[in-house]
Amino acid sequence: MKAAHKKALFDPLFNDNPIAAQVLGICSALAVTTKLETSVVMSLAVIAVMALSNLSISVIRNWIPPSIRIIVQLTIIASLVIVTDQILQAFVFDISKQLSVFVGLIITNCIVMGRAEAFAMQNPPVDSFLDGIGNGLGYSLILLIVGFFRELLGAGKLYGYSVMPLVTEGGWYQPNGLMVLAPGAFFLIGILIWVLRNYKPELREN
Amino acid sequence: MFEHYLSLAVKAIFVENMALAFFLGMCSFLAVSKKVDTALGLGAAVTFVLTVTAPLNYLLYTFLLKEGAMSWLGPQFVSIDLSFLRFLAFIGSIAASVQIVEMIMDKFAPALYSALGVFLPLIAVNCAILGAALFIVERDYTLGESTVFGLGSGIGFWLAIVALAALREKMVYSNVPAGLRGLGITFIVTGLMAIGFMAFAGIQL
Repeated sequence: MKAAHKKALFDPLFNDNPIAAQVLGICSALAVTTKLETSVVMSLAVIAVMALSNLSISVIRNWIPPSIRIIVQLTIIASLVIVTDQILQAFVFDISKQLSVFVGLIITNCIVMGRAEAFAMQNPPVDSFLDGIGNGLGYSLILLIVGFFRELLGAGKLYGYSVMPLVTEGGWYQPNGLMVLAPGAFFLIGILIWVLRNYKPELREN
Repeated sequence: MFEHYLSLAVKAIFVENMALAFFLGMCSFLAVSKKVDTALGLGAAVTFVLTVTAPLNYLLYTFLLKEGAMSWLGPQFVSIDLSFLRFLAFIGSIAASVQIVEMIMDKFAPALYSALGVFLPLIAVNCAILGAALFIVERDYTLGESTVFGLGSGIGFWLAIVALAALREKMVYSNVPAGLRGLGITFIVTGLMAIGFMAFAGIQL
């Protein structure tokens, strides 16, 4: 694997994480993380859309007139999201219902647009494809960490299986209801960013 | 009837606040909330675009995309179901509306226009706008309800972003741990605000 490819693929995981460092794509990220299962499905959907949109935009980048590039990008992304949504509805209907509007909101996820604009418009297809996968993975990493803690602390479960038996079911764990609600997600992301920036002081703001 | 709309508006503004309960519009929520002035401007623009696009998208969906929606064209169109095209249709109408708002602002409020800068076109990809359109479809709102819902969501977003901006202006003077400065503390503050807004839960008119 060439160094440039490696960089495109792995940099977004830690050094340049789309959520923690570039502050992109928080919009639809937090709402789906109450459970690990929905987080996983959402991550896969975003990785697929990002990789393919970066690839297709990069392939036609020299033919896109600069003045209408946003519309072109949006159309490509929206079409890919429609395909993803149909696939989810066909194969994992329950989860697709739980994700509700948030699959559609991948279109307006700033990561997808951001990478198309910042990377795919200037770089060849293979690099862009890898950049899409890399950024999708970076996004998924945060999603999975948040989903892990929210489901574990909020419901005592992991991927639907009981890990810490709840008091109501005769166990010992008193679930932390805040984790399932919106504020819990905000706190977790805040703490996550704090931890990351302690290890990477160059990401700090003044 | 009036109470129904009022209840829906209160719900959209406080209980189901776009930014604090559904995490929609987070990108601009975090990025444009450094100063109260720009936050006010962005909030106004978002509210306006939402109020325009929510009923517009409702009409688009009901008369063009929904299953059997095109029956007004003739009996042979009854079986057509274009609802899978809704993402494309909604984003198109939103992008067009944003363009119009941009032109109006450039003409009548140039100071605000330059202050908002890059974030005005970004409203087109603000999840709150598309989210509202999709919620309308999912919850089967009528035309009146969609308008009230759009306006209410906009005002809710406006309220939240201005409140956050005011907090962040004060926060400049506080001694925040180095790693938490900027984005991290903003998330924590937003979480606290979300807890505050949860106090409205259960309000029913």
